[in-house]
Amino acid sequence: MAARGERAAGAAPAGRPRRPRLRAWLAEHRDAAAGSLRRLAREPLSSLMTLAVIGIALALPAGLHVLLANAQAVTGGWRGEARISLFLERGVDPARARALRRELAARPGVRAVELVTPEQALAEFRRLSGFGDALDALGENPLPATLVVTPAASDPEALVALAARLRALPEVEAAQLDLEWVRRLHAILALARRGVAVVAALLAAAVLLVVGNTIRLEIQNRREEIVVTKLIGGTDGFIRRPFLYSGLWHGLLGAALAWVLVEGALALLAGPAARLAELYASAWRPAGLGAGASLALLAGGAALGLAGAWLAVARHLREIEPA
Amino acid sequence: MIEFHAVSKRYPGGKEALRGVSFRLGHGEMAFLTGHSGAGKSTLLKLIACLERPTSGQVLVDGLNVGRLPRRRIPQLRRRIGVVFQDHRLLHDRTVFENVALPLHVAGHRGPEVGRRVRAALDQVGLLGKERAYPVTLSGGEQQRVGIARAVVNRPPLLLADEPTGNLDPELSREIMALFARFNQVGVTVLIATHDIALVEAMGRRRLVLREGRLVEGAAEAA
Ligand SMILES: Nc1ncnc2c1ncn2[C@@H]1O[C@H](COP(=O)(O)OP(=O)(O)OP(=O)(O)O)[C@@H](O)[C@H]1O
Ligand SMILES: [Mg+2]
Repeated sequence: MAARGERAAGAAPAGRPRRPRLRAWLAEHRDAAAGSLRRLAREPLSSLMTLAVIGIALALPAGLHVLLANAQAVTGGWRGEARISLFLERGVDPARARALRRELAARPGVRAVELVTPEQALAEFRRLSGFGDALDALGENPLPATLVVTPAASDPEALVALAARLRALPEVEAAQLDLEWVRRLHAILALARRGVAVVAALLAAAVLLVVGNTIRLEIQNRREEIVVTKLIGGTDGFIRRPFLYSGLWHGLLGAALAWVLVEGALALLAGPAARLAELYASAWRPAGLGAGASLALLAGGAALGLAGAWLAVARHLREIEPA
Repeated sequence: MIEFHAVSKRYPGGKEALRGVSFRLGHGEMAFLTGHSGAGKSTLLKLIACLERPTSGQVLVDGLNVGRLPRRRIPQLRRRIGVVFQDHRLLHDRTVFENVALPLHVAGHRGPEVGRRVRAALDQVGLLGKERAYPVTLSGGEQQRVGIARAVVNRPPLLLADEPTGNLDPELSREIMALFARFNQVGVTVLIATHDIALVEAMGRRRLVLREGRLVEGAAEAA
């Protein structure tokens, strides 16, 4: 029959070998992808505004992630340097303090011990606090001699046990383990991580809605085109494709913009951060997104864009029927 | 090619647009569908292209029961039917070429073949020089002819036209009818709904006449 003959001459259905069909399929996707990109470029201002919204929404969690990663890098270095400060009884004379330092340094579990005499402590305090005159008025040095113990172990349990043993020494009035704040910091970081996850989830939902709404408007604006395409035999897939690509481009380009925003902000912070690190005599330098996180950002943006477009397409494309 | 068996169509709201319509239109036949305004001409054409579904009865196109066609198979049907609309239904943000190429793209055609077939179709309607123009810059008759080129570019075996000469002067109307007759000569089945009784009589083809949704003339004749 005539219809069969027409079809065989045309769209390459069943009988043809596989390769041309794959090529045609690829060509259709390439056309849809390029067409969506051209459409995006045709109205640069409104596209840029939408992309900026998506970019900022994605930059926020990405930036927070970078901040957190840096905070963890900094504090990770500190955990191993837990110190136990032993404040000695007032009656312990300098010779006994020096002897105790040697004794402790020889103990297992202790890496190093440093003696800070009351005079050194006072000089340090004077230098750092600026309360020199007030200290002069006191007449007598109120500060005790201090032994600063650097433990060999770094796990909190061992540190706590060591601190308890040292506190029991008769010469020691008080022992302060500088671990509590490390623990607190880690608790704070865990909280911050959770917070970033919550913010990221909320902003991901925002991106989904922004893309969904953008695609919804696009579908409305191209209503006539959709109707005509259905009239002349366009499949749902054919009609859907440009809108899905549009969502994909919005997500991907928005993510690229977010990447630029984050890296740009880091570049602005790099100088001051380096100076701060210098003051702490630290070799630490702020790290950027890195390859892994950058890829995750781009892939996540593209996936969100595609998902947002799917939502819009599933809701609105079926409603448009020629009549 | 087309068979209607006791087809009725009631629109939501209770309006009965077609009542018990039965007829056959053979392969390669050309016929006119006439009747007063509201008689059901457009409805009948819509049932063939599956733009509406019959309330009862059977609509067969090439043996295919169109009334029960699953949604996902509708595109295959429509690719085999060229439809010309009274209001042209052209896309105004695309050139004449792009409008006419649309059915080919939809059917998966790419490359130089598309250009060749689009130009062949434009040549048939006498608009070869206008391929880069936008529809708004064309006259009503020219737009109508672009619509016809789009309907035939995929060489469908069946061509439907709903008042294709509605707003045209008699001369242009005759030209367009002659164009449909030429497609018919190369084997395309053609069904045209029109008010233009004079023109229909001049063409001397089979007439299907609707009145109040009933087929009152032309049912019995078959190709
Ligand atoms: N979508 C619809 N919903 C409800 N009623 C409809 C719908 N489409 C058409 N009708 C009604 O069905 C009847 C037949 O309409 P149809 O459009 O088929 O007539 P027609 O013969 O094409 O008329 P005309 O010559 O004016 O185009 C009319 O009374 C019309 O009001
Ligand atoms: Mg009508």
